[in-house]
Amino acid sequence: MANEVCFKNMHLDRPWTLETYQSSGGYSVLKKILREKTPAAEIIDELKTSVLRGRGGAGFPTGLKWSFMRRDEPGQKYIVCNSDEGEPGTCKDRDVLRYNPHALVEGMAIAGYTIGASIGYNYIRGEFWEPYERMEAAIEEAKAAGLLGKDILGSGFDFDLYNHLGAGAYICGEETALLESLEGKKGQPRFKPPFPAGFGLYGKPTTINNTESLASVPEILSQGGKWFVDIGKPSAGGSKLFSVSGHVNKPGNYEIPLGTPFRELLELAGGVRNGRKLKACIVGGSSVPVLPGELIMDVDMDYDALMEAGTLLGSGGVIIMDDTTCMVKVLENLSHFYMSESCGQCTPCREGTGWLARIIHRVEKGQGEMADLDRLEDIAEKVGGNFYKRQGGRTICALGDAASMPVLSFLKHFRKEFEYHIEHKRCMVRS
Amino acid sequence: MANLRDGLEKKTLTTLVSSKAIGRIDKWIDKYPLEQKKSAVMAALRIAQEENQGYLTTELMNAVAQYLGMPNIAVYEVATFYSMYEHKPIGKYQICVCNSISCMLNESEELFHYLQERLGVKPGEVTQDGRFSIKEVECLGACTGAPMVMIGKEYYENLTHEKMDKILESLN
Repeated sequence: MANEVCFKNMHLDRPWTLETYQSSGGYSVLKKILREKTPAAEIIDELKTSVLRGRGGAGFPTGLKWSFMRRDEPGQKYIVCNSDEGEPGTCKDRDVLRYNPHALVEGMAIAGYTIGASIGYNYIRGEFWEPYERMEAAIEEAKAAGLLGKDILGSGFDFDLYNHLGAGAYICGEETALLESLEGKKGQPRFKPPFPAGFGLYGKPTTINNTESLASVPEILSQGGKWFVDIGKPSAGGSKLFSVSGHVNKPGNYEIPLGTPFRELLELAGGVRNGRKLKACIVGGSSVPVLPGELIMDVDMDYDALMEAGTLLGSGGVIIMDDTTCMVKVLENLSHFYMSESCGQCTPCREGTGWLARIIHRVEKGQGEMADLDRLEDIAEKVGGNFYKRQGGRTICALGDAASMPVLSFLKHFRKEFEYHIEHKRCMVRS
Repeated sequence: MANLRDGLEKKTLTTLVSSKAIGRIDKWIDKYPLEQKKSAVMAALRIAQEENQGYLTTELMNAVAQYLGMPNIAVYEVATFYSMYEHKPIGKYQICVCNSISCMLNESEELFHYLQERLGVKPGEVTQDGRFSIKEVECLGACTGAPMVMIGKEYYENLTHEKMDKILESLN
């Protein structure tokens, strides 16, 4: 039960070509929908049945999101794909773009049809040149085959799809920052409401979905929502891509059913490197709370089970740390990241991420004091709320929460290591 | 950033970059609604930068602004917000070393120091022959190939110091 959706064609030769994609049934769903003029509500119902949840990290149900669009109201509407993958530990969308670009093209065309959008933009991070070229080639192939453009296959449905390239900014993965960026501005998140479905790109109704979510749509509609939900869990259908990185023998992207035990995923990735012990794992990209090895081993990889275990599924970036890892050093790295990537718009985040990074840096260097640990928790809560108390952050977007969760979770599970750094002015693990 | 007064004589973009580059920029403009030319600013800055040995000048930014009908300040905002725009000379090959968690767990720090030693430059400096510069960057989204670097438009993954040496030798 692996590689059934986004990685379905992974074993085939040159899976990114139109020929290969069509050889396994590609574009048949789009063609059928256009031929039969399938009502949009039917497509949305099928997606709701599938319980496809947004693969970018927030896990919002895709069918529900599409239903927010007032399809029949006049005026331009847009479908936007978020291929601005940049959550540390996550590199799955890159492989969807490189190896299955036509699934994304077809998924976006179907989305456009469903929500009433005749134009789509795929926002790819600026560093992803190779994936961008694959997508460009796929769009050209689809156009030449009459699968994009005006009056597709004589159906009367117009759909133009364009790639947009970013230029280096993690924050543009936040959907409203992405829209600002697409409009030619700094990528600073917008205050919500209004939500993009009412006021999106250029002020027009817009739906934004993640790459993996949109690329999953053709296969879901081809096999049926029931088939998809049965692969995963009733609360979260399907298989999902997990990027496994860090101290493992076979790092890579693995497509497995939601609900697969963590232990099996770790085995797929060849286990912890050099036969060492699993010390800790961040399962959903760098923003989600860390878990000690002994707490994650028997947890299932789905939204509910991970929430119960004290973390989040997030983007599916599984970062493995063995027992040689200094957790202070890792937190220093993560906090530096959020300081660098804060867009500077909200004071708590702009100032707070800097304070967090600087204090953790001095603790790592053996120059901290015990009061620093309470200080860190205090600042983290003031920036991004407290995951454990189910309190959200105090900023426009979730970057503040993302900066706070690592700090609070590292201190919760590995406080002793921080205290050792302060007391002995050196590392407990790497002496 | 250079002195903002530098660009006051207002050279147009067409005199500053090749006609091929203008053609590429125009293709980007065509992707967006007529009244939304400024959506092409990121692409225009990238292309202008490529035409100027990899970095932007005030003159270039002003010319991009004029070409897209934007206020200069709006272009400066974009050009300084995103990390891929450069504002001073870089090497012919700029080596962007990913420093984020998966790479760090796979010794990217050591790789970063090795590169500085081997090339004799610190981040932000250019080697005397003008060939190389080094930059530390945040997650490049290739975590399963850690440690990794980006040089120009290429990703190089699963690096060792030996592999890095070979890559440097292959670049001319």
